[in-house]
Amino acid sequence: MKVELQQIDKHFGSVHANDHITMTIPAGTIQGILGENGAGKSTLMKILSGFIQADSGVIKLDGKKVVIHTPDQAIHHGIGMLHQDPLDFPPMRVVDNLVVGSPGGLVPNKKEAIAALKKLQERFGFQIDPDAYVETLTVGERQQLEILRLLWLGARVLILDEPTTGISASQRLKLFDTLRKLAADGMTVIFVSHKLEEVEVLCHRIAVFQRGRMVGEAKPPYVTTKLVEMMFGKAITLDERAPCATCDPVLKVEHLEVEDTRLHICDINLEVCRGEVIGLAGMEGSGQRMFLRTLAGLTRPVGGKVIVHDKTLTGKTYASFRKAGVTYVPASRLEEGLISGLSLTEHFILAREQKGFIINRDAAVKETEENIDQFFIRGKPETHVEALSGGNQQRALLALQRQDVDVLLIEHPTRGLDIESSIWIWSKLKARCQLGATIVFISSDLEELLHYSDRILVFFGGKVSEPLDAGTTTVDQLGQLIGGLGMKS
Amino acid sequence: MDNNILVGLAGVLAAAAPVVFAAIGETFTERAGIINLSVNGTILLSAMAGFATSLVTNNLILGFLVGAIIGALVALLVAFSSITLKQSQVAVGFVLTLMTRDLAYFLGNSFMGQAGPRIPPLNIPLLQDIPILGTLFFKQDIIVYTSFILIVVSQWWIFSTRQGLLLQGIGERPAAAFVRGANVNKLRYLYTMLGGALVGLAGPMFSLSVKAGWKGTISGLDGIGWIALAITIFGGWNPVRVALGAYLFALLQWLGLVLQPSLPNIPSQVLQVAPFPLMILTLLLVNIGNAEWVERWLAGMPAPLRRVVAKVLRAMRTSPPASLGVPFENE
Repeated sequence: MKVELQQIDKHFGSVHANDHITMTIPAGTIQGILGENGAGKSTLMKILSGFIQADSGVIKLDGKKVVIHTPDQAIHHGIGMLHQDPLDFPPMRVVDNLVVGSPGGLVPNKKEAIAALKKLQERFGFQIDPDAYVETLTVGERQQLEILRLLWLGARVLILDEPTTGISASQRLKLFDTLRKLAADGMTVIFVSHKLEEVEVLCHRIAVFQRGRMVGEAKPPYVTTKLVEMMFGKAITLDERAPCATCDPVLKVEHLEVEDTRLHICDINLEVCRGEVIGLAGMEGSGQRMFLRTLAGLTRPVGGKVIVHDKTLTGKTYASFRKAGVTYVPASRLEEGLISGLSLTEHFILAREQKGFIINRDAAVKETEENIDQFFIRGKPETHVEALSGGNQQRALLALQRQDVDVLLIEHPTRGLDIESSIWIWSKLKARCQLGATIVFISSDLEELLHYSDRILVFFGGKVSEPLDAGTTTVDQLGQLIGGLGMKS
Repeated sequence: MDNNILVGLAGVLAAAAPVVFAAIGETFTERAGIINLSVNGTILLSAMAGFATSLVTNNLILGFLVGAIIGALVALLVAFSSITLKQSQVAVGFVLTLMTRDLAYFLGNSFMGQAGPRIPPLNIPLLQDIPILGTLFFKQDIIVYTSFILIVVSQWWIFSTRQGLLLQGIGERPAAAFVRGANVNKLRYLYTMLGGALVGLAGPMFSLSVKAGWKGTISGLDGIGWIALAITIFGGWNPVRVALGAYLFALLQWLGLVLQPSLPNIPSQVLQVAPFPLMILTLLLVNIGNAEWVERWLAGMPAPLRRVVAKVLRAMRTSPPASLGVPFENE
């Protein structure tokens, strides 16, 4: 289906999220939409899918003008959107998820839904158990389920908003294959991303957004530097890897055994040196998060030892780990890392040791201002953290960490951030390593793992690989290990 | 089995019927994502008003109708202030529960202690002659039968119908329900009022059957609404489990009465009050698996025991609708 957007305009308060955007997408194409965080990509897609309404502008499908007020109407017109965070119901079964909101009588025909699901799964090679609970699926599988649901409801235009955030490399390949198949069948696919390499590989054409405007379009062959310039208005380069010094062990793990309701991993051994960066790779839910939380004392291991600076801390609480110089930076910034409703100043007051009983506001504001400058946070001391963009939240979170920590444990340091923010975050982290800090981080981004780690541990199916040297490993090798190929049994 | 015990147990089923109504009503409301804390006051006001209406008109059905309408109207206030005005559901619920309670005592003054109409027992032919089961289930009155039907129908509605799945959806993740075409706020209004009406029916069930009459502050109804709220949580927002909770509570109360003569050393107040802390204890046990210290403690256990305990805790554990008490906006 051909999609035409004409003069779409949308304000959020004083922010001009979409500034008279006009674009045409022919049927059978995969249209890439590229731009950094806050460029207005998601807003435009939410307007097209009826989630929000434009202030003005016209949407035409196959040349006919349509009015879309709700997601329901959008799907009637054949437009389905896969949201960044799959909008499904985690505690429900897969089949019930499929049925919610589908047309039909009072008692849904689950058998029919399961049959339809199986047929669609065969077409794309997905394997989701219709009776499984959604919360037990990986993010990638939940996306697959949403795609199937939208197709089942008759979508002919599929919008995907940052679909590769949080899914594994193999799932990403599968997703791309699926999208190509759909486009070949005449469907229109709109792929929203801030990741250059993905858009370049997948899309037939690219539109670049910056600050609410469409600033340019491109067709293959793409020139990466040109796209980057369009996105940011300037050129950006990655810095080089620094060689590793001699080893001075800071963190030691001996025969560690961890377990949760689904997974049991035993005999993890690791010695991390001063100034070293260790990457934890693996599909979502392969145990890397549990391992990292164990290193922080947030989860108690069922066997083995965790040693920090020659002190055995196994079974101690996070408070003892913190005292020993360990700090943990969670992935969900607003849920665990920062406190919604508090300003930046108040965060610094909480994070830093205070003298006396009464808060010295002036001093706190001064320190906050210094950190805002130093960490390039776009915000004021009195700005509430939930009002910051993702990149600025991550910078704030980093600024809040104590300067004297030896061991930084980080979940997804750059998830959802654009290239510029990611490079910046890592430059700060690397600077800390130079000063002797040790970093252990989880990521699903293979490039990030290979580029910034010294060694990588791969988690798969309840097992952990020997540490790999990141310098001599390729993306393909790492991808295969994550997918379980070549893992020692 | 001793006939006295059977009759006693049948009495437990009857005494629990209003609590079943109130707790299942609250289950519907909370499944939709709204907390209606006015249950306690609503029950008192609708008990008084239902009794007064039936007394004046000599019509039992009208009494129940008035009860349901009062419940729905109080719920409408909760819905309006929380959905449309986006006010705190907890604060509004608290104020309403206090207001409706005092209103019940104030307006009910002139009806205090009067003898009024009462629902007659209705034995079901043939079925009442089944040994044991007949006495337990089929020599009751119409409201007990209705409570049985309510349990089955609400369980079926929530878990087997398209509308029920959508109900789960709007309480769990309203944004996801919205993209599936649900009018989230309209449905929340509807289910809050439906839940309120069911809570409102619990009042006349007391004043026209279980504890017939209106005796003001000594009616013995104050507190029941809070128990119904606790039972909703204990039952994990699942009608069958909620009903079991109501029966457990009624059973504990009955045991308190029965055991009193054989335990003369224990002050009678202890046995009267015992069901309340016991309910709290049960709640605690059911949800203990959520606690972090329990997880830590589990990790220190030997492996086979650990797995068994973890499994049991997981099976008992319940989690509330994820968006309970959170207003929905699509931007």
